[in-house]
Amino acid sequence: MDVTVKIKRYDPESNNADYVWQEYPIAIDENATVLDALIQIREDDDGTLSLRCSCRSAICGSCAMKINGQGGLACKTKASESMDKDGVIRVEPAGNMDTVKDLVADFDMFWNKIREIEPYLQPEGEVPDGEYVVSNESMLHLSAVTACILCGACVSDCTVLEVDKSFLGPAALAKAYRFTADPRDGNEDGVSRDRLKVLGQPSGMWDCTRCNMCVQVCPKGVAPMDRIMAMHDQAIEAGYGNNNGARHADAFIESVGHTGRLDELRLPVKTVGITNIPALLGFAPVGWRAMTHGKLPPLIHKSVEDVQIIRNLYRKLEQ
Amino acid sequence: MKYAFYPGCVSQGGAPELYPAAKLICDRLDIELEEIHAWTCCGAGVMQEKNQLFSDTLNARNLAKAEQQGLTIMTICSTCQGVIAQANTRLLADPDYLAEINGYLAEEGLEYKGTAQIKHLLWILIEDYGLDNLLPHVTRSLGGLRLAPFYGCYIVRPTEALGIEDHPERQTSLETLIETLGATAVDYDGKTKCCGFPILTINEKNSMSMVGNHTSEAKDLGADAMVTPCPLCHLNLDGYQPKAARQANRSIDLPILHLPQLIGLAMGISPSELGLKKHIINTAPLELKLAGSTSS
Repeated sequence: MDVTVKIKRYDPESNNADYVWQEYPIAIDENATVLDALIQIREDDDGTLSLRCSCRSAICGSCAMKINGQGGLACKTKASESMDKDGVIRVEPAGNMDTVKDLVADFDMFWNKIREIEPYLQPEGEVPDGEYVVSNESMLHLSAVTACILCGACVSDCTVLEVDKSFLGPAALAKAYRFTADPRDGNEDGVSRDRLKVLGQPSGMWDCTRCNMCVQVCPKGVAPMDRIMAMHDQAIEAGYGNNNGARHADAFIESVGHTGRLDELRLPVKTVGITNIPALLGFAPVGWRAMTHGKLPPLIHKSVEDVQIIRNLYRKLEQ
Repeated sequence: MKYAFYPGCVSQGGAPELYPAAKLICDRLDIELEEIHAWTCCGAGVMQEKNQLFSDTLNARNLAKAEQQGLTIMTICSTCQGVIAQANTRLLADPDYLAEINGYLAEEGLEYKGTAQIKHLLWILIEDYGLDNLLPHVTRSLGGLRLAPFYGCYIVRPTEALGIEDHPERQTSLETLIETLGATAVDYDGKTKCCGFPILTINEKNSMSMVGNHTSEAKDLGADAMVTPCPLCHLNLDGYQPKAARQANRSIDLPILHLPQLIGLAMGISPSELGLKKHIINTAPLELKLAGSTSS
């Protein structure tokens, strides 16, 4: 099978300070992975090509890179399914991190964020006489998160990290959930109050945009964003609701629960807090522009017909 | 052709120009819309984080109503599309969960059997209506226009819930439509990224960086406008573009069109009828270019 592998190359020792795209037309086996193709290029065509890899079986997490613009493991991606109509596969180093050389990204940022999560259980209740007994269901639930192989594909493609490197990021937050969702961590009820308090700080869990990028690119089904969403609820339940993210979720569900639809006019006001005068004044220019263009949401928010049915459901399921 | 219409909250709230524009082009294309009676908000991914059961129950209610109508649901919002499709995936994957939710719906005499189909107008035009059938309605050439597609996260991810495996063409559907209407699709990195709207009131600086990055990137590649099937993206990309431009310390001025507005323009409908005057970013330069390309 003929394929052209187009590789984004960067050599810090070259006179050229920028990257260059280099094309390698090669013949590969029908079942070859993108990693097989890259290794073949390094061994047969160009020994100067740098990349990280080890197990070749989607276990070690070394070969995360961008394939056709999307993060993933080169060893888990079939070349035949990655070619465009012209037979080209585009390969770049993992995103959101500096490049050391060619396809080797500098993972310092990734590891620094992972290290922000204390990697051991912190039980606060009484120490049991024997072992801590945990339900099978809880462990099965956690096993989906502990499947993380720390490859960094989620961090590579995170849309928040792209604009703000201080964001804790999907990998570290998924790791945090591994503890906050563990019934042995935190108080007698398994509530990890200390962790949730720290994770709710700026650059923490509330900065996630819910863009689903990490869910899409994770090669192990860890679904970091879903874990972040679950931590939002854990934080609110633990009493850490005094922030815009928590108020936003509360105001949203309250609006729909009472009227069936979203009250877009009052949602931002309730999110920042009705006594937060500076923030409310900050809405003024946007509100004025919307009003003068005839697109301010209705002042009187109407309920859907048969709204009592919705209110009954809300009372039964939420309150 | 007839669909169970799910307009979504924003098309009648913060982006009120979308609802009439969608109704207008569907009417002209003989696509009949029967609005789902007393539909409720999809939750936009926000309600799910607080109470997935309540949110899935409301979406099951919308799905059950469409099922009773015997029609495929038409959405006009990427977020509604993705959120309802994800809820549907959860309901179909777990019969016990579906049964529990049907228990709640029973009080209203509703039951969701699991047969509803959910499609965005974007997919309907390509897969059901057919581009060959759309072309005779295109009376105004968009030739000469460079348009940047902006999908909105929930219509592209996660692919499992969106039927992308069976319909890989959905991943390039916006470019396909733009090119079919005679314009040139601008290819750029930001087209499937996040617009930043979900964190607008949580981390405005990051949200504005996203708006600034995507609109600047498209503008610098020569885009005359951006087109989006998501009104939530529109709220940020259009409504907050002036603020994003100030933060980026540059001018951007890139008009943002809702998908039905673009189709309407190609069908010869006037910009004012399509509600372009309601946009925050002035669409006059785009309209001028459009008039020029039509007369040439």
